[in-house]
Formats: sequence, C-alpha cells, structure tokens
Amino acid sequence: MTVHSTSPHFKDNATRALADGQLQRAMGNVKKGFIEKRQAVADKLPEFEELRDSARDIKNHTLAHLDLYIERYEEKVKASGGHVHFARNAEEAQAIILDICKAQGAKTVTKGKSMIAEEIGLNAHLEAAGITPVETDLGEYIIQLRNEMPSHIIAPAVHLNATQVESDFRRVHTHLDAGRDLSEPVQLLTEARGVLRDRFLAADVGITGANFLIAETGTSVIVTNEGNGDLTQLLPKTHIVLASIEKLMPTLEDVSQILRVLARSATGQELSVYTTFSTGPRRAEDLDGPENYHVVLLDNGRSSMLGTSFEEMLRCIRCGACMNHCPVYHAVGGHAYGWVYPGPMGAVLTPTLIGVDKGGHLPNASTFCGRCESVCPVRIPLPKLMRHWREREFERHLSPATVRSGLKFWGYFARRPTLYRLSTRIGMGALSLFGRKKGRFGWLPFASGWTKYRDFPVPQGGTFQQRWQRERRDAQVAAAQNPTGTGTDAR
Amino acid sequence: MTSAREDILGTIRRSLGVHGNERTRRSIVEERIERSPKGLIPARGQVNGKERIDLFVAQATGAQATISQVADPSEVPAAIAEYLRSHNLPADLRMGSDERLKGMPWGQTSLEVREGVSDGSDLNGVSHAFGGVAETGTLVLVSGPDNPSTLNFLPDNHIVVLDAKDVQGDYEEVWSRIRFAYGKGEMPRTVNYVTGPSRSGDIEQTILLGAHGPRRLHIVVVGE
Repeated sequence: MTVHSTSPHFKDNATRALADGQLQRAMGNVKKGFIEKRQAVADKLPEFEELRDSARDIKNHTLAHLDLYIERYEEKVKASGGHVHFARNAEEAQAIILDICKAQGAKTVTKGKSMIAEEIGLNAHLEAAGITPVETDLGEYIIQLRNEMPSHIIAPAVHLNATQVESDFRRVHTHLDAGRDLSEPVQLLTEARGVLRDRFLAADVGITGANFLIAETGTSVIVTNEGNGDLTQLLPKTHIVLASIEKLMPTLEDVSQILRVLARSATGQELSVYTTFSTGPRRAEDLDGPENYHVVLLDNGRSSMLGTSFEEMLRCIRCGACMNHCPVYHAVGGHAYGWVYPGPMGAVLTPTLIGVDKGGHLPNASTFCGRCESVCPVRIPLPKLMRHWREREFERHLSPATVRSGLKFWGYFARRPTLYRLSTRIGMGALSLFGRKKGRFGWLPFASGWTKYRDFPVPQGGTFQQRWQRERRDAQVAAAQNPTGTGTDAR
Repeated sequence: MTSAREDILGTIRRSLGVHGNERTRRSIVEERIERSPKGLIPARGQVNGKERIDLFVAQATGAQATISQVADPSEVPAAIAEYLRSHNLPADLRMGSDERLKGMPWGQTSLEVREGVSDGSDLNGVSHAFGGVAETGTLVLVSGPDNPSTLNFLPDNHIVVLDAKDVQGDYEEVWSRIRFAYGKGEMPRTVNYVTGPSRSGDIEQTILLGAHGPRRLHIVVVGE
C-alpha cells in the first residue's frame, strides 16, 4: 500500500489552500526565489539549452535499454560487496528494509531526503515496527515534526513560515532552554543542526534515496546542499539506498551531463554543494564508511509505463522546476495535490501510481500554459501528458456528469460549423448587448462556477472565428502589398 | 512463483517489446559502458594554465568558499595557521594519513595536529583533494585512510589542500583520472564533489550557510 492520498478531494483541498493566509504568504517565496535564480544561472551557460537536449537523449537511451542497464548495475554492486534487492511494490520495499533493519537490531534510523520513501510511506511502517526514523534534511525534519507530507519535491517545507517552524521547535525540543531566542531563521538552523548531530552519530542504519544509479560502476549518487544525506550514509553501520528503477544511468559521463542541468533547474545553483558517489561498503583499509551496503530497487508501476505515452515521464530527474514555474502550484501549494508528488510532474505521475480514478483531478488542474514544459531540463511534454490523462478519464467515464454533458453539448455544435458560427455570433451579440452598461457580469446562467469567484468580462466585438478570418485577410492583403515579407507580422 | 527481480525485468521487457537477448541491444549497452562517450562539454572550462586556476578560484568563491594560494607545499601549514587565526578559530586540526599532508612542515607553526578519523568533536579538518573542477569551482575528494570521508562533513571548518596541477576543466577529465588511478569501471568507496560550504534554503527559501556539513570551506591552492 502506497501512502494515503487525498487527491480525490483536490477541489476541497484547493479551496482551503486559497483561504489559508500562512500558506499564501509562504508560497510568495516560491514565486520570487526559484524562477529568477534559475533564469540567471541558465543565462550564464551558453550551452544550457543544448545540455537539456543531451539530458533528454541520455534518459531516452537508458529507458530503451533499462533491463540491460539494471542487470549490469546489479552485477557491479555485487562485485563491490553490496546487495541489490528488487521490490515490485511498496509493501515489498517496506518488508525488505524492515528485514535489514531488524537484522541489524536497529533502534533508530537516520534518513536522507527520499521521495521514494515518501511514496512507500516508509516512516509509518518503521514506527509500527518500533524503529524510530529520523529525517535529517532540514525541511523533511520540520514536516516530520508536524506529521505532514512534503509540499515540494526539493523544498519539503516551502509551505511554512519561520514562525511556524519556531513554534514546532519549541513544542518538540523541550530539553532546551524555554527562554532561548529563535526569532532569526539562522537560529532555527543552528538548533536543528545541534539536535540532529546527535541523531546522526547514534543511528544504526542510514537510509538515503539516489539521484542516479550508475551501471558502469555500481555507484549510487546523491545530491544535497546540507550534507545531511552524506552523514546519513557515512556514519551508521548500514547504508540502505532506496531508489526507483528509472534512476539508472549508463556511465559517469552521462551523469556529468545531467548534473549540469539538475541544480541549475532546481535551485539555480551551478552545482549543488555536495554530489556524492558511493560504491559498496567500506573497504578493508577504510577508517570510516558503512560496513553493509544495500540497494532496494523499486518498480511500483514504472515498468508498465515503458512503451506507453507516459514513458516520457520516466525521464524526470525530480528537480522541481515544473512546480516552481506553475501558476496553479503557486496558488494552492503542494498539499492540495493530495499525494507525494505535486505540481505538473505530480499531475502526470500521480494518476499512473495511484490510478486515474483517484488522481484524475490533478491533470485537470492546469491551464496548459506550458511554462512547466518550457523549463523541464529533460523536456518532458507535461501538458501533453496531462491531456492524455484527461482523454483517458473521459474514455473511462470517470469525468463528472456536468463535464461530460457540457462536452457533449459543445461537441454537438463543434461538429456543425455553420450552426457553431451562428450560435456563437448570437451568443456574443446577446452578451455584449446585455452587459454594455456595466462592462462585466457578476452572474451568468450555467457559469456560476466562474462568476462565483470573479466577474465575467463583456465580449468586445465579434467572435474568435470572425477575428481570425479578418486578421488572416488583412495579413494576406499586407503580404500582397509587400511581397518581400519585411515590415509585416504576417504569419 | 517468480521472483520480484524476474517479474520487474520481465515487465520492462514486455513493455519495451524486447526479450533481452538481442545482440544489437546488448552490444549497444556494452559499447556505451566501454567507451563512456563524453557528451557536450561547456566551453567555459576549456582553458589552461593560470586561466583555469583563476576560473576555479572565481567559481569556488562564487559558491562562498574562501581561497588562499601558495607557491609551494611547504607554505601550506603557515597559510592554514593564518586562516584559523584570522577567523579566531582554535589552532588545532585533524587530518588523515595522506603523505602529501604529513610531509608538510607543521612543526614550524603552533598548530596542534591530530591524525585519524573524527568523532565529531573536531572543529577543524584538513583534507587533500584528489582534484578540482574549474567549470564550477568544485573540489573532488576520494575516500580512504589518507583522507577519511567523515572529515569532509563533521568538522565545522573544512580546509582542503588542492594541487594546482590537479585542477581539471570539467568533470569528465576528473573521471578519466579516476579511471587511470582505480581502473576502468572501478571506484573508490566514496567520491565527494564539494562546491562551497554546507547550506540550506529550507526555511522561507533563504539560503543559510552551515546546515549539517561544514560552516566554512577554505581551499589552499598549491602551485600555479
């Protein structure tokens, strides 16, 4: 069983989110921070767009040969003294990890940030077995204290303000002086560093995700800024890497290509502070490093995405650029999406992993503005894939009756062009006649879903088709007068 | 009952419409791993000599590392002592058994030098880098008793000695050197790329230095 979802209640979630003042204030940080930083660092690298092509091609190549790269990777991990475990689904992954922890007699487990661990609901499973999981990424630590899911794939606590973090720290860190000053964010960071340092040193097992798994060398790669994932995999006696199958990469060179677009797209850094390549357990001469090295490879429905239109989603490198640039995400935040993966990538991935019957609202929560696709470092056509979900939802009769009858109604006219032109002309004419005085409508029949939240503007002039024809005619005239094509914007 | 491994590989193959024994597919994969072709290398790092070191310094500084440059390994201890003094840090440090570091005249300074892994209580750690990448001002550190990986993360202040001749233009050059040193397809247990000191933006998306790793990163570049 993957982690519980509230995606079927997206509309209620979104309504609540829009009315949440704290959330709306926090979401302002996404809008101003990520977008400008990404643009600035992309502008500094002339090859950035070409590197995105390169990243896309590498991912496509790897997916087309995924079975062989997995075999090769497994061989190399074993040769370096590590173990590879395969998990078809969340339950199998949970059981494998629990078995390893039990064999180690583990009491506490530190965790680096892992979306796959969120996907399989690992913390709850460990807790039920009497093992204490400790999230060590600052954002993950904060949301663990609040018993929440991450609201962003690289900034899990982006929905919170510093004052909320302060009150959580005061509530949980009761061993510290109650009169301490936590008014500055840096004081919160320092306190978390102190508390978690002891946890790092005491943990029996460290669990991390992986940004990449390298077939050439049997290496797992994590990318962090805090250094938490590194301490997680370095200090405990046992390191467990939990990763999904599409994280495979052929070679060190291929990883280097993708590293050049990952941090730039994610945080607007040239490179994240720490990129760590781990291969097997500690060597005979080593003075540190884990004695046991396990990799849990999770499928959870991904292998069935290959060969379908959703295969392209498996290119995703989890940078978060799509949500950083998404107006819907900006408005409602990540929790409204109701499952592990929010934003545009979540709108495509969630229905594949929990079913379109549960996640069907998410691909509908898009204006198809296309900003996500325009910034995706591996060029995933996210709007197209969301549209595929809408089509499937319609085919499976999962869309609500009002949507279906509305589409049917529209379809009747759309298939009869003369009638369509006539009725839209009459409709627009009537609207502009009735609304001439005020210039907008506060209420319209059959459109209360719109007018409840905002006014509907009164149409100015003709229909879209009339305007289209007029502009095309004008352009043709202009082109005839100016045959070289210069000086007009004729298209 | 089939194993999870067989099941997953089987589903992948069914979805891709392959059986896994195609000779062409296998040779494509073998060749990719054997040849490990370089992709697109940005022009930025393709500079040599002083220009390359200057780029490394500029990029590392841009990532909030600090740098001192000395001409000869014998000047390293004094440069580190000076760095610690100027930041009001205690005059003691821990390092691994790297011969390049051990051969330096630490006795000429008042620094107290401890050898071996850190238990987490050391304020200052010193490592010798395997290399550097000018493209992004990145240090490359490899694990082993010479430079235990824990020294890269536990101390508050991490000081890294880097030979100027080991600074490459791009990551791909570093991998060539790793293959030369360890063998094709073989890796040291850990390779750490380090670009600046530890940081977090998790509270209100404001970057703060010193999350879980070192609060400061100082690089001593040796030679030209």
